[in-house]
Amino acid sequence: MGRGAALFRTSIGLKITMAVSGIVFVGFVIGHMFGNLKVYQGAEVFNHYAEGLREFGDPFFQYGQTLWIARAVLIVALAAHVWSALKLTRQSRAARDERYRKLEALEFSRASRSMRWGGVALLAFVVYHLLHLTFGAVHPDFIAGDAYHNLVTGFQSVPVSAVYAVAMLALGLHLYHGVWSAFQTLGISGPRVNRMRRPLALGIALVVAGGNLSFPVAVLTGIVA
Amino acid sequence: MKLDSRIPSGPIAQKWDQHKFEMKLVNPANKRKHHVIVVGSGLAGASAAATLAELGYAVTCFTYHDSPRRAHSIAAQGGINAAKNYQGDGDSIYRLFYDTVKGGDFRSREANVYRLAQLSVNIIDQAVAQGVPFAREYGGMLANRSFGGAQVSRTFYARGQTGQQLLLGAYQALMKQVGSGAVRLRPMKEMHDLILVDGHARGIVTRDLISGEIESWTADAVVLGTGGYSNVFYLSTNAMKCNVTAAWRAHKRGAGFANPCFTQIHPTCIPVSGEYQSKLTLMSESLRNDGRIWVPRNAGDGRAPNEISAADRDYYLERMYPSFGNLVPRDLASRRAKDMCDDGYGVGSSGRGVYLDFADAIERLGEEAIRERYGNLFEMYERITGENPYGQPMRIYPAPHYTMGGLWVDYNLMSTIPGLHVIGEANFSDHGANRLGASALMQGLADGYFILPYTIGDYIARHAGDPIAPDHPDVAGTVEGVKSRTARLLAMDGNRTVESVHRELGRLMWDNCGMARTATGLRTALERIPTLREEFWEDAKVVGGGGTLNQVLERAARVADFLELGELMCRDALAREESCGGHFREEHQTPEGEAKRNDDGFSHASVWGYTGEDSAPVEHREPLEFEYVTPSQRSYK
Amino acid sequence: MNLTLHVWRQASPDDRGRFVTYEALDVEAHMSFLEMLDVVNEGLEERGEEPIAFDHDCREGICGTCGMVVNGRPHGPWKRTTVCQLHMREYRDGDDIWIEPWRAAGFPVIRDLVVDRTSLDRIVAAGGFISARTGSAPDANAIPVPKAHAERAMDAASCIGCGACVAACPNASAMLFTSAKVAHLNLLPQGRPEKAMRVIDMVLQMEAENFGSCTNHGACETACPKDISVDFIALLNRDYLSAAVGRSG
Repeated sequence: MGRGAALFRTSIGLKITMAVSGIVFVGFVIGHMFGNLKVYQGAEVFNHYAEGLREFGDPFFQYGQTLWIARAVLIVALAAHVWSALKLTRQSRAARDERYRKLEALEFSRASRSMRWGGVALLAFVVYHLLHLTFGAVHPDFIAGDAYHNLVTGFQSVPVSAVYAVAMLALGLHLYHGVWSAFQTLGISGPRVNRMRRPLALGIALVVAGGNLSFPVAVLTGIVA
Repeated sequence: MKLDSRIPSGPIAQKWDQHKFEMKLVNPANKRKHHVIVVGSGLAGASAAATLAELGYAVTCFTYHDSPRRAHSIAAQGGINAAKNYQGDGDSIYRLFYDTVKGGDFRSREANVYRLAQLSVNIIDQAVAQGVPFAREYGGMLANRSFGGAQVSRTFYARGQTGQQLLLGAYQALMKQVGSGAVRLRPMKEMHDLILVDGHARGIVTRDLISGEIESWTADAVVLGTGGYSNVFYLSTNAMKCNVTAAWRAHKRGAGFANPCFTQIHPTCIPVSGEYQSKLTLMSESLRNDGRIWVPRNAGDGRAPNEISAADRDYYLERMYPSFGNLVPRDLASRRAKDMCDDGYGVGSSGRGVYLDFADAIERLGEEAIRERYGNLFEMYERITGENPYGQPMRIYPAPHYTMGGLWVDYNLMSTIPGLHVIGEANFSDHGANRLGASALMQGLADGYFILPYTIGDYIARHAGDPIAPDHPDVAGTVEGVKSRTARLLAMDGNRTVESVHRELGRLMWDNCGMARTATGLRTALERIPTLREEFWEDAKVVGGGGTLNQVLERAARVADFLELGELMCRDALAREESCGGHFREEHQTPEGEAKRNDDGFSHASVWGYTGEDSAPVEHREPLEFEYVTPSQRSYK
Repeated sequence: MNLTLHVWRQASPDDRGRFVTYEALDVEAHMSFLEMLDVVNEGLEERGEEPIAFDHDCREGICGTCGMVVNGRPHGPWKRTTVCQLHMREYRDGDDIWIEPWRAAGFPVIRDLVVDRTSLDRIVAAGGFISARTGSAPDANAIPVPKAHAERAMDAASCIGCGACVAACPNASAMLFTSAKVAHLNLLPQGRPEKAMRVIDMVLQMEAENFGSCTNHGACETACPKDISVDFIALLNRDYLSAAVGRSG
């Protein structure tokens, strides 16, 4: 058992951890984006959906419990993802102790080079996003329980919308490389699977980033008011 | 020098079995107390080191490379022969034996060749078990091809990388033993001398190529698997580091050097393109299966090949040898190409080249089929020449490739120095005067996996003595000798680069002791080489120090030995007043220009004994007897 | 043509190292890249200067000895080509060429462009073999191997161990090398019995050799002179995952 656990502390073990925790997030961002599409159905539906998240699983779970369980899973996944990334980055930095004068970029896609700074940017964004629309700490006009209002008034600020837009670009890149990379890391590979890995990664990246980007755009153009 | 070949008595098919039974065994519990040094990590060295370690001996394996996997066996392309008869086309051990003796132009030892043919089948089994990914049929069975003019399909292959895959198999077996501690691997150490104690080989002296340290290593027996000496020609298909030093040092310590003039010139190499050329690249012989060789019918025809009509082409091999055509043995294909170029029919800017044309094969089978068979070779050709062989014929020319000569060994693969065993290309035993295609890999692995590990046990059981102390006078003396020679090399501060001397030696050897030899030419070379050697020691220059990686020093030490070997090759070629296999003396040919053997005078191996720097070497002879394959004039008409 | 070379010179592992500029004059288009260096070196020797140390041997792209980063690209600009097979017709008169050694903690520089790659041998020694005692093998045709499996194993086995994958990887990871050896053996029926042990032992050794982690950039595949695919990395990961789960369960 000791040896078995040690096998998950190798770089491959850490990568598996990153892939699994990453998949949790992929599921989350897809769900999050689809849920938020209800904003186009008006305040009532949207607020009801937001409230419904807290009642999810009733009566088996009590009010808010599922949400907290979900949050706990996300926090654990986040911690695992970030911790693994840190360890792997440190290992890789040490592995190239002397740098090249020049090394041509030979990787398959530029997205792979964005994972580290993109990941840090996304982490910062998540903190901001929670303070902004979940807890309202940095929101100028936050009304607890009125998610619709908070969203609309939040995105009416052009600088805030710009931050969200940049973050979604980073998320798109992160997803594009991350989803494909997860297939590699988990060894899901074969002639048939390989044909769909890139398109799937691209699809998820476009749908999630695009869907999320539509919200500030809709607010700023007055489609959602 | 006593030449006792130790060929077992009895019918040829039972000799090896009988011999295995008669050999003394080493008690399994004692094996780990016996130490064997293996120099070289190619097919022969790596397979021997791995198998000796499996048997329980303590083994130390030396290579001047950074990794055993770099050994030049890796570059063998075409395949490996084995008398498996998987194709059911009439092959047998006896046929492989027969073909090999005949192909070697009756200058090899029958008993050795028969054993080689017997063991060929075990090699394939062993390689497959190790994970060598040989080519397969759709049904999952092993595929074969016909190679180098054989009339049966007995060649196993892994694309055009058979040597690579077989070496990786042996390398992996070796690394398993390294991992378990049974073999001590010492990379980046080059052997510079052999340690003799009481006339027995008891160790070696090496120079560490990184630190420059000169060290001694002792053991119960020493094995050399150090390859061939084609680089004496400067330009050859051998890797740049291939050299004769280990074998030559052993020769100077008393090991007889057999048939040094038996060198093989490979017919299908990419021609030389300029003065700066550092090596020649071989294109697998398998290309001759589908390619047709031709030259323009009119000497000096300067037109592009595709503009020359069929009527103006001379498919000379098909014309001269209607039954074998383009598949005649290597020596014939090479010599005929040389004749054509000598007579002014050569193509390419240098006029030293003939066409190897795939147009007909592409028309018959389609470009895709040709790509599948030879894609990697075509790609390599295009990379080197910048010409597309799908669209225009390749230009090829013969190049030095393999050396059949080497240190003399008995049936046990032991040299004339007790305890010094020699395996693979470094020995002389199995190929006679000409090696057949796909037989080098077979011999290297037969020696390393299946012969040496058992015969060396017989020697150890009979002779293993007390361990040698590091301060033993014979050890210290040998180390001192290497140190002073290295110092002498480092002190050289003349005007010529080592490379320029090597180039000059190479040209001299190629012109006078290459594809065709004459008494006059050989005498010219024999006059020039000693003065060139003097010029080397007096006028060459070695820059850099001895305490670091110094590639100039490495080369200088190797060239110094080539300068001595070259002389012996010419002497041997001059003494052998006949033509046979790769040794072609223009004085000895049939009216049709074929090699004319002299079986009455030269049915023997010439074994040269070193007698000192200022005295001529002495020739000893091991007579060759042919009980089973009657020598006949080879005919490939 | 005349070229300007900027070559990394480093006298020993402890030396800091620096680029030194050389003029390569009258270079011919037919020369190989290494022959061009030979000519430069012979000129240096004639002037009594120490030539540029670089590793090379077969010069036909199969031994894996040569390797240097040419203008930021391992083995230079030609795809599927080792630097010994790169030819000077690629370059034009007046070009600048920067030449650096492989740079990785797992490949310490010995001198100039020569690096120590014995780490790769140690990875193989840890498990990159099939245990088959000499003489113990059954008949070679006793176990049929589907052609497709043999071909795929051969694709992986084509690796020449040059280390370009490590050199090209932004993380200096040796995953492509390791995966090629694991895949070659694990894909064959003969390699099955030691499959799980092999992958774990080799990965643990790879980790111990100071290589970086794989972030699936794919630079290794682009740089590989033998076109080894990153699909083998996926295969390694899969074999590793199932072996690790097997171990911990």
